[in-house]
Amino acid sequence: MPKLTIDGNEVEVDAGLTVLQACEQIGIEIPRFCYHERLSIAGNCRMCLVALERAPKPVASCAMPVGEGMVIHTNTPEVHKMRKGVMEFLLINHPLDCPICDQGGECDLQDQAMGYGLDHSRYKENKRAVEDKEMGPLIETVMTRCIHCTRCVRFTTEIAGITDMGMLGRGEHAEITSYLEKAVDSELSGNVIDLCPVGALTSKPYAFVARPWELKKTETVDVMDAVGSNIRVDARGSEVMRVLPRLNEDVNEEWISDKTRFACDGLRRQRLDRPYIRENGKLVPASWDDAFALIESKVDGLDGSKIAAIAGDQADSEAMVSLKALMINLGSANIDCRQDGSQIDPSTRAAYIFNSEIAGIEQADALLIVGSNPRLEAAIINARIRKRFMAGKFPIGVIGEAADLRYDYEHLGTCPADLKAVLDAKSAFGKILKDATRPMIIIGQGALAREDGAAIQALTHQIAEAYGVVDTNKGWNGYNVLHTAASRVAGLDIGFVPGEGGLATHDIVAAAGNGDVEVVYLLGADEIDTQALGNAFVVYQGHHGDNGAHRADVILPGAAYTEKNATWVNTEGRVQLGRLAAFPPGDAREDWTIIRALSDVLGKSIPCNDLRGVRSMLVNANTNFMNIDIAVDAKWGSFGVAGDVTDAPFTSPIDNFYMTDPISRASETMAKCTETFLEAQEKATGTHG
Amino acid sequence: MLKDQDRIFRNIYGLEDVGLTGARARGVWDGTKALVDLGRETIIENVKASGLRGRGGAGFSTGMKWSFMPKDVGERPHYLVINADESEPGTCKDREIMRNDPHKLIEGALIASFAMQANAAYCYVRGEFFRETEALQRAVDEAYENELIGDNACGTGFKFDFYIHRGMGAYICGEESAMIESLEGKKGQPRMKPPFPANVGAWGCPTTVNNVESIAVVPDILRRGADWFAALGRPNNTGTKLFNISGHVNKPCTVEEEMGIPLKELIEKHAGGVRGGWDNLLAIIPGGASVPLLTKEMSSTVLMDFDSLREVRSGLGTAAVMVMDQSTDVIRAITRLSRFYMHESCGQCTPCREGSGWMWRMMERICAGDATPAEIDLLEEVTKQVEGHTICALGDAAAWPIQGLIRHFRPLMEERGRGAQPVAAE
Repeated sequence: MPKLTIDGNEVEVDAGLTVLQACEQIGIEIPRFCYHERLSIAGNCRMCLVALERAPKPVASCAMPVGEGMVIHTNTPEVHKMRKGVMEFLLINHPLDCPICDQGGECDLQDQAMGYGLDHSRYKENKRAVEDKEMGPLIETVMTRCIHCTRCVRFTTEIAGITDMGMLGRGEHAEITSYLEKAVDSELSGNVIDLCPVGALTSKPYAFVARPWELKKTETVDVMDAVGSNIRVDARGSEVMRVLPRLNEDVNEEWISDKTRFACDGLRRQRLDRPYIRENGKLVPASWDDAFALIESKVDGLDGSKIAAIAGDQADSEAMVSLKALMINLGSANIDCRQDGSQIDPSTRAAYIFNSEIAGIEQADALLIVGSNPRLEAAIINARIRKRFMAGKFPIGVIGEAADLRYDYEHLGTCPADLKAVLDAKSAFGKILKDATRPMIIIGQGALAREDGAAIQALTHQIAEAYGVVDTNKGWNGYNVLHTAASRVAGLDIGFVPGEGGLATHDIVAAAGNGDVEVVYLLGADEIDTQALGNAFVVYQGHHGDNGAHRADVILPGAAYTEKNATWVNTEGRVQLGRLAAFPPGDAREDWTIIRALSDVLGKSIPCNDLRGVRSMLVNANTNFMNIDIAVDAKWGSFGVAGDVTDAPFTSPIDNFYMTDPISRASETMAKCTETFLEAQEKATGTHG
Repeated sequence: MLKDQDRIFRNIYGLEDVGLTGARARGVWDGTKALVDLGRETIIENVKASGLRGRGGAGFSTGMKWSFMPKDVGERPHYLVINADESEPGTCKDREIMRNDPHKLIEGALIASFAMQANAAYCYVRGEFFRETEALQRAVDEAYENELIGDNACGTGFKFDFYIHRGMGAYICGEESAMIESLEGKKGQPRMKPPFPANVGAWGCPTTVNNVESIAVVPDILRRGADWFAALGRPNNTGTKLFNISGHVNKPCTVEEEMGIPLKELIEKHAGGVRGGWDNLLAIIPGGASVPLLTKEMSSTVLMDFDSLREVRSGLGTAAVMVMDQSTDVIRAITRLSRFYMHESCGQCTPCREGSGWMWRMMERICAGDATPAEIDLLEEVTKQVEGHTICALGDAAAWPIQGLIRHFRPLMEERGRGAQPVAAE
């Protein structure tokens, strides 16, 4: 461990650190623009210059590795003068448009100019103007403000894995642009907005909408996929203005996907803000009492086996545990949280979570992806896989669609037979898994949500056993199930699955279609075939007028994820708390309170009166709900049902990343993305580009 | 004055046969195997002992630079990169070597590569040097045909390949790490140091970048002995050097001379003197565009070598002597250089990207008489804000000529700006 002296303090730091990191360790903050700890070092802004004794010139602390006996000065008048000089250079061609700049108030350049800026401009020449670039529906550009730190270029090349952005020209004519000014085609593109230290790249949907100091900031979690990205929701009054990432090294580091970030405008559209009941085929506004009374009239005296409930992909744990309790009270075992008909085994927890945890990807040394396109299903996890891939020596095999995952892999096939080949050591990839010390399998819903899902899960279990994917001595469990639904793991933890003799999703739909089930309760379930529900009486509880609401006979307006204090469990089995950022619109209520109130009307009261009560029901259902923010290791066991598999190729459950749930389907921004990134490609002919 | 027998470049004017036969007649490729057989340690020791300092401008000891390469070849191959991207304004020495004595360069490259255990040398030639590339390629082909280089170079058993890579005309690609980037097919932008190229260079492998002239003189140093080379010139500034004399002289020329020759003697003996006589001299830029200029008084006494020119706060640079007589608008001249640096800045780091344009614009106004004398102070401060704060030396190169101008011609600049109205900043 090298010893060095920084501003007179002798410090010992780890070898391999940079001078800037060493300074940070002892609490000395070095101003910087281009340096970012998750990106490669560019050293081009020159703001972090420090004086190094016996060096001929000042050194860029972000790029200089620490060395034994270095003597560093960071607060001498000379160093201050250097920084002032660099700051002046950055400002001479920077426009004076802070009053109309969306970065205003959260701008690195603004902040650091307070410390190192001159009080007047000495630049008497004309300022440079740069033409703005078109970067698609998400990123607004004002390139005159660009300070050429190249963070966006490094992010897109290194983390997102696309080579769409770069710097053209040289000297003062250097410009950051996207290739041929086409939209930046990445599910992670929005992160460049956060990375941009100035107002050159800002959010297009958020342009001129609000100032950071007038927003109420709430730390919560995302439900657009099963990653459970930690987010900060910025709201003004009852309106969510934007979503930003929150640092969580274990989950999303500091990135979020574009859907997480930009789908929030869907929260303002198509909202169910009051109860509705269907009269003469048309939905008409109603009071809560009327709605409850109608449900009561339909359920009263009905045998439990004729009632069913399906929980949707964004349902919160509190609502699911309440609904399960209500269904038990009604005598029904027909409940399911697996809208997609997944055959996943709910009895063993290790069978349905991402056992290695997301951060564990970085320790793996071989990966087999089965029936999943992680780029679309969990863009953040895909970024983690790419991060591991970039570190080198990480063979990846894919059985399923041969999609562009932003890293190289060996395509082993598309159907269950190819999975069997790996197991039977017919495929060379089996040996790669066997030789690896920490092999990993990722199983997507494309492999499990099919008729032979249980047999395929049994196959993957066999592979895991055969190739040392699970090694309890090492504490390694590389058996990972990748979910796409934010509610799924919680639903399985709670046991929101068919009870003794109960029906699963497909059977519920079929039974409703032929009249065996007369009342269907949809808790935000929009991804099932709602038109196949026949003449069943459908109660829809949710927040958006989507598929479920269109079919409903009674609509109970619930709260979206930003509007309730609720619990979600991500694909790792990590229990995370979402918090209320804005109140639900109109008469809409937090979901578990609706079920609680309904249970009284039905005379089947569930035993909770406040959030504490419903959460103790959660803990009673599964003690795991006590472990907030922690992913607890699950005990390995046997699961899956050995059986025949079909030849049908695996397909990813997601074909349009931008529209997967009621919120993103209601979002104007996501619609624009769909148009730009998907439809434009379909329409393109040979003469395009 | 350099004696004829001490001359290294005996065909610098292309008067004799450029091909292999001619080169052999001049002693090139004579006993190259014996030179290689000296062993790498001895070669590097000899080059160190000769006192050879890099001829590309910075004047770093060549032998020392070679010794920074890893002793043994590990997993990564070693490379020699020859810097033939001669773009410094006023400089025209390397092109003469490539045009008229290319075998000297190839032989030097073989010996240098052997000393550093590099099996390949890449010669990065300035894009505009079309004929030079052709001449060099012809020589390379001849050398391959005669097995002077190739799988068994000169019968030494050492495998050596020589590749010519043409640049696209960016001045910055003459900076060693930008050259490596460009060679790799990327945009020519200097890299951060450390790591130095000797550790992480071309394609991430240990690499040494040397100027054409530095490489081309190596065979003669070994053949005639390090003592011979070290005896020429002055201590720490040894050997011979190609000087390029241009501007207001009667006979502009490229000439090989001993290091440390008085500047006045150099111009009067070889370039036919200053146009209109020495008294008509206004200023001299002694080492290519990036070094501060000298006044007539300084030029009368200064010696042409690294240390002497450093003492007068200028530099030998590439030894491209640009002479300006009394008819010159020296402010205009430096303004033009300033524009060159603005145009050639790569735009990567802040001080150079923003500062070079600022300096040029101020120079334009000073030149046109639109700047108040107070702005000269501002200009000087801006040059200090750029100098030493950039990734590579281009920032320094943009600042130094202006600093030299202010140092020596400030009264002239003030005179021109008399009566100018201050401009309000935005």
